Amino acid sequence: MAVPTKPKSSPKDFIFKSQIWKSIFRHGKPNTHRNRTLVMLSNVFLHLHPIKVRKSGVALSYTWCMGGATFFLFLVEVITGILLMFYYRPTPQYAYTDIMQLREDVSFGVMRELHRWGAHAMVIAVWLHMYRVFLTGSYKPPREFNWNVGVILLVLTLLLSFTGYLLPWDQLAIWAVTVGSNMARAHPVIGHEGPGSPLVTFVVTILIAVHFWRVRKDGGISGPL
Amino acid sequence: MESIKHLIDRLSSPQILFFGSLVILVLFLVNLRRSTSWKVILGSFAALAAFYAWALMDKNFRSIVLVPDNVPITLLLVLVMFFTFLGFRKAAANDVRIGKGLGPAEKDETDLRVFVWPDLVYVEFICLILLTVILVAWAIGLQAPLEPPANPSKSPNPSKAPWYFLGLQEMLVYYDPWIAGVLLPGMIIMGLMALPYIDPNPKGNGYYTFKERPFAISMFMGGFLVLWVSLIILGTFLRGPNWNFFGPFEQWRIEKVEPLLNVNLSEYIWVKWMGVGLPKSILVREGFGILGVIFYFGALPPILAFTAFKKLFRQMGWIRYNVMAFLFLMMMALPIKMLLRWSFNLKYIVYIPEYFFNI
Ligand code: HEM
Repeated sequence: MAVPTKPKSSPKDFIFKSQIWKSIFRHGKPNTHRNRTLVMLSNVFLHLHPIKVRKSGVALSYTWCMGGATFFLFLVEVITGILLMFYYRPTPQYAYTDIMQLREDVSFGVMRELHRWGAHAMVIAVWLHMYRVFLTGSYKPPREFNWNVGVILLVLTLLLSFTGYLLPWDQLAIWAVTVGSNMARAHPVIGHEGPGSPLVTFVVTILIAVHFWRVRKDGGISGPL
Repeated sequence: MESIKHLIDRLSSPQILFFGSLVILVLFLVNLRRSTSWKVILGSFAALAAFYAWALMDKNFRSIVLVPDNVPITLLLVLVMFFTFLGFRKAAANDVRIGKGLGPAEKDETDLRVFVWPDLVYVEFICLILLTVILVAWAIGLQAPLEPPANPSKSPNPSKAPWYFLGLQEMLVYYDPWIAGVLLPGMIIMGLMALPYIDPNPKGNGYYTFKERPFAISMFMGGFLVLWVSLIILGTFLRGPNWNFFGPFEQWRIEKVEPLLNVNLSEYIWVKWMGVGLPKSILVREGFGILGVIFYFGALPPILAFTAFKKLFRQMGWIRYNVMAFLFLMMMALPIKMLLRWSFNLKYIVYIPEYFFNI
C-alpha cells in the first residue's frame, strides 16, 4: 500500500502560501471576479475606488487624467516640501543662504527643482481639470456641490503656490509677491510663515478627501444618463 | 527676416492679440467638424513648432521665453491647445451622433461596468509613471531660478507677479487695483461657484457636446481662453519695463516711452465737448459716468431679458437670470474698458480721486 505523499511544494508556494504573505494579502491573485473585488476592499489605498466603474469614465480621453495628475502633483509637493524643510529655514536671515547651499553643495540635487516645477505643473493641471469638468458638463446635478469643493481647491492651490513663491527670498520672490499682494491690497502676512503654509496644506488635504468621497457618492465619474 | 520680425512685433500688440484670439475662438466654434479635423490639428501644432524653432534663434525672444519661470507658460499653451482639440473633436463627433438620434458616444459605454482592478488601476499606474518621468526630466533639464538676494530698496523693472496671476496684473492697465485685484478675481470665483446653480440646461451632463449648450460653452471659452490664458501670455511675454508693450522680438529698453494720452470721461464731456470746464461738485462732474455705470448694471439686465437673452430669461427664471446677467456684465466690463481705451484713450469712466474711487 502506497503511503500518501505530501504534495510537493514549489518555490512559488513557498512564498504565496507562507504565513507571512497570507497575513498581508487575504486573497489570491486578482484574476477572478471574487479576488478583484477583494483586492479593492482589503487595501486601504485602493478602497478609495469603487469595485466597478463605468467604462466611459475610465477612458483617458474622457477625464484627461487631470484630476489624478493634480492629486499626484499635490503628493509630490507634500513629499518634496517636507524633505526641503529639513534644509531650509524660513527666516529672512537664513532663507536665501539655505537655498544657495541646496543649489551649490548638493550634487545631483533635484529636490528644489521637483518642488518648484511640480508646483507650476499643479497649477496648470488644476486648470485643465476644471476645463474638462466644465466641457463634460460634470458640474450639473448631482455634482454641483463637488464642483464647489473644486473651486475652493483651485483657489487654495493658487494660494499655496503663491506663498511658496516667496520662500527663496530672492529678488524674483519678494517682488513677485509684493506685486501680487499689492494687487490684492493685502499685506504680505504670509511673510515668514514657513513653507507652503502647513495650515493651508492641511485644509487642502481634507478638501481633497471630501472631493474624492463626493466623486463616488455622486455616482462615480459622470456619464450620460 | 528682420521685416517679418517687425511685422510680428506689430501684430502681437494687445489689441490684435485680443481680437485675434477672439476671432480664432469664434472661427473655431463655428464649424467644429472642420476646426477639429486632423488637417487643422496637425497644421496648428506644426505651425507652433515651426514658429518656436525659428523664433528661438532670436536673442530677444530667447531671453523672455526661456526664463525658467516662463517655461511653464509654453507648456500651458501646448496643453491647452491639445486638450481643446481633443475635447471639441469628441464634442463635434457627438453632435453628429446626437443629430442622428444615436446619443453621445459615451452612452454606448455608460451601462458597461468594468472592474477597477485591472482596468482603472492600470491606467492610473501608467499615468503615475509617465508623470514621474516627465517631472524628473523637467527637474533635471531646467534648474530652478535663483536671483540675487531680496533687496526691498531695489525694485526690478518690470516687477511681475507669478505668471498665473499675470492675467490679473494685465487688468491693472485698465482698472484700479481694487477692481482688477479684488473685485474681478472675486467675481471670477463667485461666477465659478454660481455656475452649477445658474445653468438651467439639463443637457450635456456627462458627455462632450457643443450644440446642446452653445451659450455656456462660448462664455466659458471666452473667459478662459481670451480673458485668462491669452492675457497671461501677453502679461508674461509682451510686457516689459514700465509695463510697456514689447513685441516678441523687440529688445526690452527702459527708455521706451509711450505717450500717455488717456483722458477721463468727465474731461471729455465737460472740457472737450461742452467747453465749460469741470464743475465743482463731484456728483455733477462725474454724473455721466455714474449714470452710465448705473445704467450698465441696473438697466441692461431687464433690457437684455426682453431682447438678446429672451429665451434664457424664460428658462432661468428671475433670480437665476439676474445673477447670470450680473456676472455676465462683470465679465464684459473688462473687454468693454479695453475697447474704450483703445478707441478713445478713455482713462476712467468715473474719476473721484478725492475718495480713491475710480472706475
Ligand atoms: C487640488 C485640486 C483637485 C484635485 C486633486 C482633484 C481631483 C479629482 C479627481 C481625481 C477626480 C476624478 C475624475 C478626474 O480625474 O477627472 C475629480 C473629479 C471632479 N472634480 Fe476635481 N480635483 C481638484 C480640483 C477641482 C476643481 C478646481 C474643480 C472645479 C472647479 C473640480 C471639480 C470636479 C468635479 C465636478 C468632479 C467630478 C467629475 C465627474 O464626475 O466627471 N475639481 N477631481
